[in-house]
Amino acid sequence: MTAVIKFQNLTLGYDRLPAVQELDAEVQEGSLTAVVGPNGAGKSTLLKGVTGALSPLDGGILIDGFRRDEIAYLPQQSQIDGSFPISVIDLVAMGLWHEIGAFGRLSRKFRVRVDAAIAAVGLTGLEKRTIGSLSGGQMQRALFARLLLQDARLVLLDEPFAAIDAKTMADLIDLIKRWHSEGRTILAVLHDYATVGTHFPLTMMLARELVAHGPTAQVLTAENQFRARQMCEACAGTPHVCGKSAA
Amino acid sequence: MRRALLGCIAVSVGATPVGVFLILRHMSLTGDAMAHAILPGAAVGYLVSGLSLGAMTIGGLVAGMVVALASGFVARVTSLREDASLAAFYLISLAIGVLIVSTYGNNVDLMHVLFGTVLALDDTALTLLCSFASVSLLVLAILFRPLVLECADPQFLRSVSKLSAITHFVFLALVVMNLVAGFHALGTLMAVGIMILPGAAAKFWAETIAGLIAVAALIAMLSSVIGLLLSFHYSLPSGPAIILAAGIGYGLSLIFGPVGGAIAQNLPRRNLKT
Repeated sequence: MTAVIKFQNLTLGYDRLPAVQELDAEVQEGSLTAVVGPNGAGKSTLLKGVTGALSPLDGGILIDGFRRDEIAYLPQQSQIDGSFPISVIDLVAMGLWHEIGAFGRLSRKFRVRVDAAIAAVGLTGLEKRTIGSLSGGQMQRALFARLLLQDARLVLLDEPFAAIDAKTMADLIDLIKRWHSEGRTILAVLHDYATVGTHFPLTMMLARELVAHGPTAQVLTAENQFRARQMCEACAGTPHVCGKSAA
Repeated sequence: MRRALLGCIAVSVGATPVGVFLILRHMSLTGDAMAHAILPGAAVGYLVSGLSLGAMTIGGLVAGMVVALASGFVARVTSLREDASLAAFYLISLAIGVLIVSTYGNNVDLMHVLFGTVLALDDTALTLLCSFASVSLLVLAILFRPLVLECADPQFLRSVSKLSAITHFVFLALVVMNLVAGFHALGTLMAVGIMILPGAAAKFWAETIAGLIAVAALIAMLSSVIGLLLSFHYSLPSGPAIILAAGIGYGLSLIFGPVGGAIAQNLPRRNLKT
């Protein structure tokens, strides 16, 4: 096992206010890790840092062995324009961007893969629908189909199960497990500790700083959860002294 | 009259696809702002060489691009959002334009710049309008996929490619180009009309991007014909006549359009789609 992501004394934030502070951690290749923590703990910020959309204020993120564009990132849903008249099949096919680029043709070979991805998430028959007519769960299925096509070695998921039904969630978790069995590295921000406990072998708990990182059973203890909440409350008003006051 | 019709059709074909994308990107008013931003450039062109097509075209293009680039730059470098910085720049630009025209020109010239002279288009102007429309369509065809993605899911585009910023600026350049073309035919104020109104009307008829563009272009061409005929027979100014025709098209679409129009929206559906 080798580390594919190394966070080295990492501080990330907006307008010089740190949202993630002095984080040291390693993510092993092929691991399936849940990122948990209270609201405002810097979970989404951490994923943005890994994609490169946000530059570290201090420290660094080392990504070993592959390029930044081999990362697939599913942000929180609200950032897609649902009123845009694009069909499900076109949205999913965008996952092939690395292979066909901005100008290449969507040939038969690719069409087969797009159809297979749509079938894998159970959206067969809805290909021609516009994304505006999809339910929240169907939309998330479509986005997972796009992730499937991206065929990425590192998959980052930000709250993939927010506001979707239980059946969809179960199907999507199966997909995540499939990726895991294929040796991909997966980092998922999640809120529901029950889901994390059942399906995710590793957990990283954040409260701006790292609270705990390791096997889920050892991280998701009542003590750690309590400590994380306290750390976040302590630094809510004065994030810049967060590290000192909590230590 | 035939020249005017051809010019209007060229503008219709070139500008409406751009207009459709402006609407889809929730940037309809950006078109309006850009139209105002062009004015000082055209005015300076007019100052330098009178009512010269080339000078006013280049002036308009330069002024439009400067405002587009400057506001985009400010939005990316400072905390001001793009709509606010664009508003600031176009207002400055418009003030300069009006100042120049009113100081050095006379009222007839001002009317000319503001409302265009489609009935006085000569061969050079026609060639220019047609080339602008062709280039615009070509660039849009090449840029289609990144542009669709930039509108629907910009974050995804940024994560897979570096084309996001390029797409945005090339698209703004297309807006400026079509506005300059439109301004020769319809005037700076009316040029936005032929870009936005047909696109807004098409929203009530089509659900796909291709459908929107086709319907919008059709409405724009119909409006051009109807507007020109009205203007010819009742001696009305042609620019406003064409835009009003498009406006009537918009009104009818609003009421009768099958996709979310007033009637379709409020009648009980007989056959529900499953």
